[in-house]
Amino acid sequence: MHEFAIETKGLRKAFGRQTVLDGIDLTVRAGTIFALLGPNGAGKTTLINILSTLTKPDGGSAYVAGRDVVRERDAVKRSISLTGQFAAVDDMLTAKENLRMMGRLSGFTADEARARTAELLKLFDLEASAGKLVKTYSGGMRRRLDLAVSLVADRPVLFLDEPTTGLDTVSRRALWETILQLRSRGMTIFLTTQYLEEADQLADRIAVIAGGRIVASGTAQELKSRVGEDMIELRGADDELLAVHATDGSIQDIRRTLNELAGKVPADTRISLRKPSMDDVFVALTTTRLEEAAQ
Amino acid sequence: MITSRTAPVRNASLAVTNAVFIGRSVRLSLRNAEALIMAIMLPVMLMLLFTYVFGGAIDPGGDYVNYVVPGIILLCAGFGSSSTAVDVAQDMTSGIIDRFRTMPIRSLSVIAGHVAASLARNLLATGVVIGVAFVVGFRSSAGFLEWLAAIGVIALFILALTWLFAAIGLVAGSPSAASGYGFILLFLPYLSSAFVPTTTMPGWLQGVANHQPITPVIETIRALLAGTPIGHSAWLAVVWCLGILLLALAWSLATFRRKAGRR
Ligand SMILES: Nc1ncnc2c1ncn2[C@@H]1O[C@H](COP(=O)(O)OP(=O)(O)OP(=O)(O)O)[C@@H](O)[C@H]1O
Ligand SMILES: [Mg+2]
Repeated sequence: MHEFAIETKGLRKAFGRQTVLDGIDLTVRAGTIFALLGPNGAGKTTLINILSTLTKPDGGSAYVAGRDVVRERDAVKRSISLTGQFAAVDDMLTAKENLRMMGRLSGFTADEARARTAELLKLFDLEASAGKLVKTYSGGMRRRLDLAVSLVADRPVLFLDEPTTGLDTVSRRALWETILQLRSRGMTIFLTTQYLEEADQLADRIAVIAGGRIVASGTAQELKSRVGEDMIELRGADDELLAVHATDGSIQDIRRTLNELAGKVPADTRISLRKPSMDDVFVALTTTRLEEAAQ
Repeated sequence: MITSRTAPVRNASLAVTNAVFIGRSVRLSLRNAEALIMAIMLPVMLMLLFTYVFGGAIDPGGDYVNYVVPGIILLCAGFGSSSTAVDVAQDMTSGIIDRFRTMPIRSLSVIAGHVAASLARNLLATGVVIGVAFVVGFRSSAGFLEWLAAIGVIALFILALTWLFAAIGLVAGSPSAASGYGFILLFLPYLSSAFVPTTTMPGWLQGVANHQPITPVIETIRALLAGTPIGHSAWLAVVWCLGILLLALAWSLATFRRKAGRR
């Protein structure tokens, strides 16, 4: 077993004149969950596509399970499984047929494929609609099937591109549970997300991607300490956002912040306390980068 | 149990991969009820139309049915295989192709599956044409070997045309674009000896009609089934079909690779 399930150095990719990845260095330890956090268009899908052999990088190197994603594609394919951003299941087949088809394509005999299909239908709570065409499924069911399909074959590295986007809270938590179980069985999981909370709940390490570069990486705790534990939001009479301040959440820090604000904002300003969002981290990290650059 | 107790470390063989994809495409064909009904109804309608509506005007002797059967077979084959372009474009633009590409299988087999299903669909439609033809008075002098040869030529034509449509599906950016591009090819049978002898056409059109692939294929089938002189048609038909087949295969392969690399 390699120490790092995923390793990239100076990975670059441009589409035409638009540079999407501009030197990505990252490592993911085997058996851990790694979350790549970034806004729309940051290049998350592009990076996943390169790591899963779908797209060729323009420069740099990337190794998955110890194999080069360009030169040893076939070996990499034997170690990975991908759940893309948009469900990749066959609408005109039933859930059962989708799973069996993937079983056969993964080298199972017909009997093995049938047994594995039954296991996964049960696990993902799809037994009741196993015989219905997937085009009649709800978004959440489709997403569950999509993940089930990627787990048919037992691959050590799993890529999940925004796995919970579009899911309701209950389904999202259930999926988190599943992902944590996968890790406890020794799988390495590389996921992308736009939600800090998701990265916080799941990931052993988080990297933030912006402008084609990794602008910060570390544990959830380390990242949040760079933003603040909580955010104070100030809203005017018409609920318009006036300002956001980071705080450590303690009474004394909140009181200090409010004292500073007294007189600077109208008296009817409303305040609320909330957890840092992806935007806050993003703003905080990009501004510190600019400040560092200025010094 | 999330991780499998039974998961093998084997890879699917090429034979299994192809079989799985052919099975998938056949299933999709069977579930696409409208297309399937169309594939069966179209031959019947065309056969009746050409025999009873146009036939009397074109050949008052009533022999037109013997002339027109090969033309209708090819018209239906063209129509039936054009849906391959849509099926292929559908797969290429939905996420499913990416899943197949990240698996240790030869993902081009997805396309081969659609081609095989199209071949099966169109041979079925050909059977319907021939069946209806016999009902409305078609008589053939062909023996077993001639029938075999005729079906061989028809199958080769369908295969070549289907790969051409598959390539169109690969190049097209969307299923509806694929169906649009494919439409153009469906006019070729009318500009051939399928429905009227090319000698009845204006001179400039004869040039086109005599030098396009459909005419030798039609003449070959007609010669085999109706006993008309075959001349150069047989080898011309085979060369045309093989040429189209090889070009379409190369085009498909190149497009598949290019799209795979670029994304
Ligand atoms: N095949 C392509 N051709 C041209 N441009 C592309 C291609 N794929 C991605 N891009 C561009 O690259 C940039 C990054 O796209 P990417 O899909 O990787 O972002 P993302 O982080 O996954 O975004 P999202 O959160 O919206 O999924 C975008 O500006 C996109 O327009
Ligand atoms: Mg994306």
